[in-house]
Amino acid sequence: MIISVASGKGGTGKTTVATNLALSLDNVQFIDCDVEEPNAHIFLKPEIEKKLTVNIPIPKVDESKCNYCGKCADICAFNAIAVLGEKVLVFSELCHGCGGCSLLCPENAIAEAGNKIGIVEIGKADNILFVDGKLDIGEPMSPPLIREAKKYINTDKTVIIDVPPGTSCPVIEAVKGSDFCILVTEPTPFGLYDLELAVELIKKLEIPFGVVINQSDIGDEKVEQYCLNLNIPILMEIPFDKDIAFEYSRGIPIVVKKLEKKQNFKNLYHQIKELVK
Amino acid sequence: MKQIVVISGKGGTGKTIITASFAALSNAKVIADCDVDAPDLHLLLKPKVKQTFDFKSGKKAFINEEECINCGECVEVCRFEAIDEIIENDVINRMIIDPISCEGCGVCFHVCPVNAIEMRENLTGKLFISETKYGTLVHAKLNVAEENSGKLVSMVRNYAKHMAEKDKKNLVIIDGPPGISCPIIASITGVDLALIVTEPTLSAMHDLDRVYKVAKHFKVRSIVCINKYDLNLKNTKKIKKYCKENNIDIAGNISFDLIVTEALVNGIPVVEYIDNKVSNEIRDLYNKTINLL
Repeated sequence: MIISVASGKGGTGKTTVATNLALSLDNVQFIDCDVEEPNAHIFLKPEIEKKLTVNIPIPKVDESKCNYCGKCADICAFNAIAVLGEKVLVFSELCHGCGGCSLLCPENAIAEAGNKIGIVEIGKADNILFVDGKLDIGEPMSPPLIREAKKYINTDKTVIIDVPPGTSCPVIEAVKGSDFCILVTEPTPFGLYDLELAVELIKKLEIPFGVVINQSDIGDEKVEQYCLNLNIPILMEIPFDKDIAFEYSRGIPIVVKKLEKKQNFKNLYHQIKELVK
Repeated sequence: MKQIVVISGKGGTGKTIITASFAALSNAKVIADCDVDAPDLHLLLKPKVKQTFDFKSGKKAFINEEECINCGECVEVCRFEAIDEIIENDVINRMIIDPISCEGCGVCFHVCPVNAIEMRENLTGKLFISETKYGTLVHAKLNVAEENSGKLVSMVRNYAKHMAEKDKKNLVIIDGPPGISCPIIASITGVDLALIVTEPTLSAMHDLDRVYKVAKHFKVRSIVCINKYDLNLKNTKKIKKYCKENNIDIAGNISFDLIVTEALVNGIPVVEYIDNKVSNEIRDLYNKTINLL
């Protein structure tokens, strides 16, 4: 089973829920798809065994074959290639790697070369198989890196995916293909508004989902009310606890500090199993 | 005219809460919400929308089933796995395009031998120019499940700049998105100052380092604010050391106080909600930020 942990708003506790759930179950693979700001490694402390470079294909023009007809620039939907007189310019940061220019060049003058956008790291944190992606500084596009990290999914395991915040393309890339999605929120107007956006997104993807309310005793009742009105299961509530916040600040997961809390996360998993049936 | 952007790398460190208080404290500005993915600033500033603009970005492919001969060439060339062959009774019955996976590259449109694919313009969001009691707010909403938020961010920035020039305001305050990819790059390029809001947690510190490097890469000057600094004083010390080593000014420290959440629940910027230690710290942060500008 693949369980992704998402939220519209950042900083609501996705990584907290994802890592504590991973530490409470057996036979787990953890994939950190928040490749812009991957943090799960801080809590799981994996030993990294492999670091793999991730490239996206960008056009490489063989100017000896090119007759500067401009077809590549015409068909590129992302303005990533331009022909100026007798010069072809490639803007790698705009290129989506669709391969259209190289496929459609009438002179066969365009090959593709790899442009590094980041790395995927593979390792182990005790019994948890660990994968994460790290986007290079200055690179604008994260979905190809998320796609690459997800290629290492091992479905013999319970796969837990830590998703980036928001509701746009990186989130979809990370959540796509999950059997269940946990939406983590907080009981504030920001938490509620962004939860509504996240629900809209997950419904579009037609993935079963439920909500975890973090810091459940600060703020107001409106998130709970919203879930009740829409019949969205509230899977777990985590009350605010200054001790837990302190332990979090030093990279120590709840269930490492308070072993008995593992049961709460096991219950979370069992509820999900029932809902997926 | 100067532009300040509030960013953090990690989400949820307090960007919007600080931006809203800055909006309340400044009297010569336009405010821009560049978190077009999950915008929250309007929940505190309570805008009255004056003008709405459609945001169109790119195109998406559609198949005309009557023309399609099910040859499958489009499936072969699509790198985004957006086209599926529907097989019934062992024969290809029809093709379908998943609009969420389609990136609009148009390669399928170009290779289709019978011109059965059409590229249609894609409405992906809306931009708003609004009035608030604190001044003009330019904000936007990307439709969920869309891409290209970098372009919408640029559009918000352009309108905000335009409104500031038109109304002779000398400051644009920008609420930035989390992360380090295209939306953040579009939010910070060309601004005068980036205020990075961090927390004394290992996660936020890790993300501070990454987002600082992005700002540096795009030649934007950064200053730092440590929110909830008293949650872990040891880590706060580490942040101060990091900033010193990298020559980054610390513009302020803000205490941990649940009153901040209370102000948020009441939908009011903290500095207007209460006069106490934490609101004074935010005032100091604002004054120092303006001075550093």
